[in-house]
Amino acid sequence: MIQPRILEVRTKILKVNDETARAMRRRFEAAGVLVVNLVSSPGSGKTALLEETLRRLKARGMSVAAIVGDLETDNDAQRLARSGVPVRQIETHGLCHLEAAMVDERLAGWDLAGLEILFIENVGNLVCPTSWDLGESVRVALLSVTEGEDKPLKYPGLFNTSDLAVITKTDLAEAVGFDRALTLSNIEQVRPGMPVLEVATKTGTGIDPWIEALLARRVALLNSR
Amino acid sequence: MHELSIATAVIDEVSKHVAGAGGGRVLAITLRIGRLSCVQEGALRFCFDLASADTKLSGARLEIIDVPVRIWCPACGAEQELPGVQSLACPECGRLSGDIRAGRELDLESIELEPLPPPSTEQTASELTSSTSTSTEPDSTAPQPLLERDQP
Repeated sequence: MIQPRILEVRTKILKVNDETARAMRRRFEAAGVLVVNLVSSPGSGKTALLEETLRRLKARGMSVAAIVGDLETDNDAQRLARSGVPVRQIETHGLCHLEAAMVDERLAGWDLAGLEILFIENVGNLVCPTSWDLGESVRVALLSVTEGEDKPLKYPGLFNTSDLAVITKTDLAEAVGFDRALTLSNIEQVRPGMPVLEVATKTGTGIDPWIEALLARRVALLNSR
Repeated sequence: MHELSIATAVIDEVSKHVAGAGGGRVLAITLRIGRLSCVQEGALRFCFDLASADTKLSGARLEIIDVPVRIWCPACGAEQELPGVQSLACPECGRLSGDIRAGRELDLESIELEPLPPPSTEQTASELTSSTSTSTEPDSTAPQPLLERDQP
């Protein structure tokens, strides 16, 4: 006689984050800012690659900036600030990923129209950042040669939501017996057709194509407006 | 352990819908979780129980619909369900496809709330009260808890 009440909701669990991210993406696009979300496990070389990338883009006269997520400390932000570009830190205090609202908060006071590329260095983690849209234009999954060729198969969710994969520390490939073909094949299995770049930040190998890929993405963003 | 953030988001989203529906205790919540969504069911249940304590969702049953990955295979011209998440190859012909049709879900499907006191019974009770105003004990035939709750 007494019927239970069923609410057929059919909504995204992360609806609030998705809405914030969508609004941010609209602002980024309107301002012509390419936003690059860098995701990888800890120690894969995100900060080193970003430091070099910021330095090179600045040398080309480009207006770039970075937001850096870390569980604790602003060590990475300090490191990146050496490149002379604006860097802001998000300390998540234990939270394993960045959320759109955290980035939104850090954007306060920044003149987006004066920026060309904004990098977001996510917390080092191959699982948790997957579901949180940060309003980025490009999600980049980094994978170092020292991590094992099967990383894409172990973390298909992250690779599957990424737009570009970057294999880092290729200068160590021989020393660790890195199987390049197997890694490329594994990435292809979980994200067919995703472009893959290979870099060695320390020696500079592969950095130019990476920079060119970013610039091409920004041109595409501007043309799509 | 992002499942705590997911559990908190579930609780916030459910609370909003429950408030919109007139409140009440939540008996069950149904979620649809895709296999590519990186959510570990056991961790989510653990976090949900922790985070929902002392809320209207405390003790609610968490029903999780596991959604396998489905791709569109252009070679077969059909949607195919995949046995796992390690390869997006069509199980029929082996061709890889990035056209994912299911498996990324992180959805709140439905909420089951405790029943509201049936309005018909309530009405009967009040009608009964007014029509038997001569009686000194009109309440004796009416459902007591309802009348008590309705008093200002």
